Amino acid sequence: MKKLIIRTIACMLLLTAAGYAADKNTCIDCHSEMDKPYQVTAAEFSQNIHAQKGLTCTSCHGGDASSDSDAMSRRAGFRGHIDRKQVPELCGSCHSDAAKMRQYNPSLRTDQLSQYRTSVHGKNLAKGDTHVAVCTDCHGIHDIRPASDPRSNVHPLNVANTCKRCHADADYMKDYKIPHDQFAGYTASVHYKALTEGGDLSAPTCTTCHGNHGAAPPGLTTVENVCATCHVFQAQLFQQSPHEKAFAAMGTGGCITCHSNHRITHPTDTMIGVTAAAVCTNCHAAGDAGLKTAQDISLDLAKLDKAIGDSRDILDRASHSGMEVSDPQLELAQAGDALTKARVSVHSASSEVVSQNTAAGMKIAAKTQQAGVDAMKAREYRRKGLLVSLLTILIAVGGLSMVIRSMERGNAQG
Amino acid sequence: MSAGAYVRGWLDERFGWEQLVYPLRKKTVPLHRLSYWYFLGGITLFLFGIQVCTGILLLLYYRPSANEAFESVKYISTQVQFGWLVRSIHSWSANLMVFTAFAHMFSVLFLRAYRKPRELTWVSGVVLLFLALGFGFSGYLLPWNTLAFFATKVGTDVAGQVPLVGHWILIFLRGGEEVTGATLTRFFGFHVAVLPGIATVFIALHLGLVQKFGISVPPRVEQEWREKPEARREMKFFPNFLLREMVAWYIGLGALAALAAIYPWELGAKADPFAPAPAGIKPEWYFLFAFQTLKLVPSKILSLDGEVLGILAFGLVGGLWLFLPFLEPRRFNRGYRVLTGAGAFALTYIAAMTVYGWVAR
Repeated sequence: MKKLIIRTIACMLLLTAAGYAADKNTCIDCHSEMDKPYQVTAAEFSQNIHAQKGLTCTSCHGGDASSDSDAMSRRAGFRGHIDRKQVPELCGSCHSDAAKMRQYNPSLRTDQLSQYRTSVHGKNLAKGDTHVAVCTDCHGIHDIRPASDPRSNVHPLNVANTCKRCHADADYMKDYKIPHDQFAGYTASVHYKALTEGGDLSAPTCTTCHGNHGAAPPGLTTVENVCATCHVFQAQLFQQSPHEKAFAAMGTGGCITCHSNHRITHPTDTMIGVTAAAVCTNCHAAGDAGLKTAQDISLDLAKLDKAIGDSRDILDRASHSGMEVSDPQLELAQAGDALTKARVSVHSASSEVVSQNTAAGMKIAAKTQQAGVDAMKAREYRRKGLLVSLLTILIAVGGLSMVIRSMERGNAQG
Repeated sequence: MSAGAYVRGWLDERFGWEQLVYPLRKKTVPLHRLSYWYFLGGITLFLFGIQVCTGILLLLYYRPSANEAFESVKYISTQVQFGWLVRSIHSWSANLMVFTAFAHMFSVLFLRAYRKPRELTWVSGVVLLFLALGFGFSGYLLPWNTLAFFATKVGTDVAGQVPLVGHWILIFLRGGEEVTGATLTRFFGFHVAVLPGIATVFIALHLGLVQKFGISVPPRVEQEWREKPEARREMKFFPNFLLREMVAWYIGLGALAALAAIYPWELGAKADPFAPAPAGIKPEWYFLFAFQTLKLVPSKILSLDGEVLGILAFGLVGGLWLFLPFLEPRRFNRGYRVLTGAGAFALTYIAAMTVYGWVAR
């Protein structure tokens, strides 16, 4: 019996020691004590998605973290610092392996490395330019988080700031002969506002148009076609318009000719027409047919916009007066929809197409305007009715007072 | 013989009309510097009458189901001839009735009209005030708009907090766990059948007691009259006081017409049970003081749930208020001052918390 107890205790001690050895991470033991850039703390590494999926330092750096002696041993496969040129291949060794990735995240794409090789970054790296971005520049090194994590460098809200680190640095970008004002332009854009102020995480950021790993988003050949992925109707109308061929001949690209590329501000009706603010005047000269079309479109839009505004004003006044006008107010929203459709149809560069939409909106606006006028008339009718009622009540009160007085005078005399 | 005299004679011959109206002919109203407070009860009754009449008219078109309630009220407001006026008057007179009922109650309290033998008149009056609040709460949901929906949700949630029976009350009021069409149908039943039935009984009791014991004279005036009997003045209830009361009713009708025409009661947006509650949702003004108090009560008081304690406190105060006349200390001189002080405190508290609740976000 005594022997059995001793053996049991010995087994327990051995198992405990084995478990301790397995949990031991000599990399973190040393690197947590080091200064930056060699410092990696256990807390920092625990936030890493790879650590959370069960990978360790040795998964990338090799060696044997459980052994003090073999931790940095070449025999144990220790690779040490990963050269920038080798980073995409190292990451791709797992991320391009569909069978391996299935164990961790079956929904994750496995074409990042092949896409990266098609990108300017990948091509330049292949040429030996180590200035370009590799995986770790965007995703981080020891603090890699999934893109869905708001703390990740590649979360939609942080992508622009991540790209900006290089692309807004004039000094860093001077050898590449490309502008470095993209970030300044983008932060003034309607897309940036939608993303940051509107909280719409599907709003475009750098990678939406330029692709994240490849040169263009998946399924697209060039960045010029990217607007159509969201702005489908505008693109279809543009393709049927005379502008498509003209812009192609001018070599100015499609959408960006009028809307610019990064500084895409909220489009207004002033963008079309014959004024200096209108983009049409950038190409069309006074007297040409194109400018006449632009003027017609501009006038049509302005007319409907005014009709909707007038209708809204009178309905608001009626509503504030307590009149029930929720139905015409709802109907007026349809006139607003027609105006939106008309604004979209501007991309056809056809005054007929635009006027079809504005005509539908004008019809609704006229009807709701009439409803507003009728409501205001009803309000006046009510107020006149009130005046008559109050006068009647006043007369009745006066009459009653006289009856009371004459009755009580009679009683006093009687 | 005039037509009136003929009809009176006809009724007298068959029903003993003169005998029936004799108490009314004999009834008098004390005349003194505070007599104008006597009009409040009559005005409240008049507004209740308006409620009954306009309520019956609304019933002709209203449909008590979640799918049709909002649309039917909208139809009343926009399509039915003078429907907007009837609905507006119904809503405004409901609010004015609650206000005049409160004013009447506090006037009775401060003029000490609850004194022996009128204790039960007070009790029946307070029950009527509670019924008026019940009318308000149940009627508020009937248009089935967003504000009403969420106010009812909050209100019934509060009822659900009552210890032991809270959940049962909540299920009883809602007709289920949530505010649904079943709640609307239930509230409609309360509003047009249950509460009017109970109210009719209590109004009859209240008026019967007023008739039985006559109109109270404030103690100070009574004292003055005792010292100076020649100063005692009174007027006949019929027709002198009633004609004056009618003048007040006409003025009330004018105020109602003005409010209904200038500020028609708005309809809002149809309730959407799946939409989030709008920000800053508040109950009707007459529940604001209680709502605001419950908002200010700490979540924990001596390890007990603060909201539950608040609700229990309101229940206790409501119960004590009902039997207020029986709580007047009679052992010492001027014991009535305790109740007058409590009334002044209650009035100040209700007014202050209502204003606070109104302006608070």
